[in-house]
Amino acid sequence: MPNGILVFIEHRQGAINKTSFEAVAAAQALGAGAGQDVSAVVLGADAGVAREVAAYKLARVISAENPKLADYTSDAYADAMERVVRARDPQYVLLPHTYLVRDYAPKLAARFGKGLVSDCIRMKAEGPMVTFTRRLFLGKMDADVVAKGEPPVFATFQSGAYRADQAERGEGAQVESLPVEVGEVRMQPEAPFQEVKQAVDLSKADVIVAIGRGIKSQENIALAQKLADALGGDIAASRPICDAGWLPIDRQIGSSGQTVAPKLYVALGISGAIQHLVGMKNSSTIVAVNKDPEAPIFDIADYGIVGDLFEVVPVLTEEIKKLKS
Amino acid sequence: MKIVVLMKQVPNRDAILRVNREEKWIEEGDLSFEVSESDGYALEEALRLKEKKGGEVVVCSLGPQRVKSVIKDALARGADRAIHILGDNLEHVGPFATAKILAEAIREEQADLVLTGLQSDDYGYGQTGVIAAELLGLPHATIVIEVDYSGEQLRVKRELESGWYQWYTMRTPCLLTIQSGISQIRYATLKGIMAAKKKEIREVQPAADAAAAGEFQTVTRIYLPLKQKQTQFLGDGDAKRGAAQLAEKLRNEARVI
Repeated sequence: MPNGILVFIEHRQGAINKTSFEAVAAAQALGAGAGQDVSAVVLGADAGVAREVAAYKLARVISAENPKLADYTSDAYADAMERVVRARDPQYVLLPHTYLVRDYAPKLAARFGKGLVSDCIRMKAEGPMVTFTRRLFLGKMDADVVAKGEPPVFATFQSGAYRADQAERGEGAQVESLPVEVGEVRMQPEAPFQEVKQAVDLSKADVIVAIGRGIKSQENIALAQKLADALGGDIAASRPICDAGWLPIDRQIGSSGQTVAPKLYVALGISGAIQHLVGMKNSSTIVAVNKDPEAPIFDIADYGIVGDLFEVVPVLTEEIKKLKS
Repeated sequence: MKIVVLMKQVPNRDAILRVNREEKWIEEGDLSFEVSESDGYALEEALRLKEKKGGEVVVCSLGPQRVKSVIKDALARGADRAIHILGDNLEHVGPFATAKILAEAIREEQADLVLTGLQSDDYGYGQTGVIAAELLGLPHATIVIEVDYSGEQLRVKRELESGWYQWYTMRTPCLLTIQSGISQIRYATLKGIMAAKKKEIREVQPAADAAAAGEFQTVTRIYLPLKQKQTQFLGDGDAKRGAAQLAEKLRNEARVI
């Protein structure tokens, strides 16, 4: 009889990815509702990582061991996690929706003849019935999803869906080491690196004016730059602008770029895909200008103008100059 | 070298979406469709690899007749032939069944490389490529932002979080999921559009067992996201008035000026 919840803890060379503790908070919430215990699993971790995890309120920490788990590869991680899941036979396997998890977890779930309920933003447990909520259409719609069929259910949680500081601490969980078999590894990783030393550190900026697809052409960036100058802020962009080479990559805000929390964030022509929102949603005041009234950016904006940014920005720039003089 | 590219058709990025009456999907009647963004980049990467290494690019797509527009566009850009897995409602079967249908349709091709986008712009599961790789017995790498196949060995640069990257040496055959922005996408030329008319589009049915693989997750309801903040909308349709009001609010309410 499958039982319990297994939560995956991600680490790289001893550093735990903090969204793992958000997944712990999710697992504890589900465990409390469904009356099931929660076990954490770390792969190829040193004793320090296991100890850090064991400080949380968990039934146990499983430390799966194999020399091939020293560096992350999708082949080794899928093999190791498959062994752990088969050994524990849990009802739920919960993981943080990180780039690493996105790389190996679908392969893991496929070994059980299924996919993942991926990138969830909420979860509601009513007795044995669990409803997951995930985003569709780059954040424009929400979908409630119910898992069915044989356990385990595999689900991943978006960064920020749960709060790491809500993960409950306990009295020291038992660490159980579990030697696991790992098959052939068909890829060789090199050391991770940063492309260039980031020339621009936007995390210190008080004001950021960010542009998205709505800016339409590189020439139009000057318009946004004038607004940034009037506000005494920095210019930044969503991914498509940097992909097009209109602004350098160190101006990119979002999951693959910089994470910022300025006093004022002005989003011009940015629809607000999840990957962008995670990089700026903690800004104190958020302003959004977009033609589409349903754009997801408005879900997190304090002030919104539905309209053409080419009409809004020049007037706004002039008004701000007046107020400042 | 043979490269198979898996491409999905999705509603146009700028489309205004409305929930359908059953609240299970959106109204499709008046929608226009386009290729999912990262799949477009996967095709571009395949075409560039073919230019360097020679060989053939085969496009595979799943869905009703309207999917032909994505296929024809890919052929016009330079793909050599296409497989269209034809069927209604196939786009709703979920990530595992989708991957299984695609894997069975391309298995016989024995491709050296399978490329696809990292995630679709509609359901956004981000799993189809990885699951297809597992079903085909191929190693894979996701979120690939550069492909180096200049030598004997295939090296790929994977994007990690927060500006970090990592190179992997891959064994071939393998499957790669491509990140948007890997290169600049070419336009179809008039010559390409003309040539595409003579290229083969093979229509196939989904493998019976694959379509029946079923799904383990059901969408019970879709709806507009709940607002996380009470947004003050300014200007009431008058953009210039909104701008003036905004400047005043930023100074007196938010106190950021």
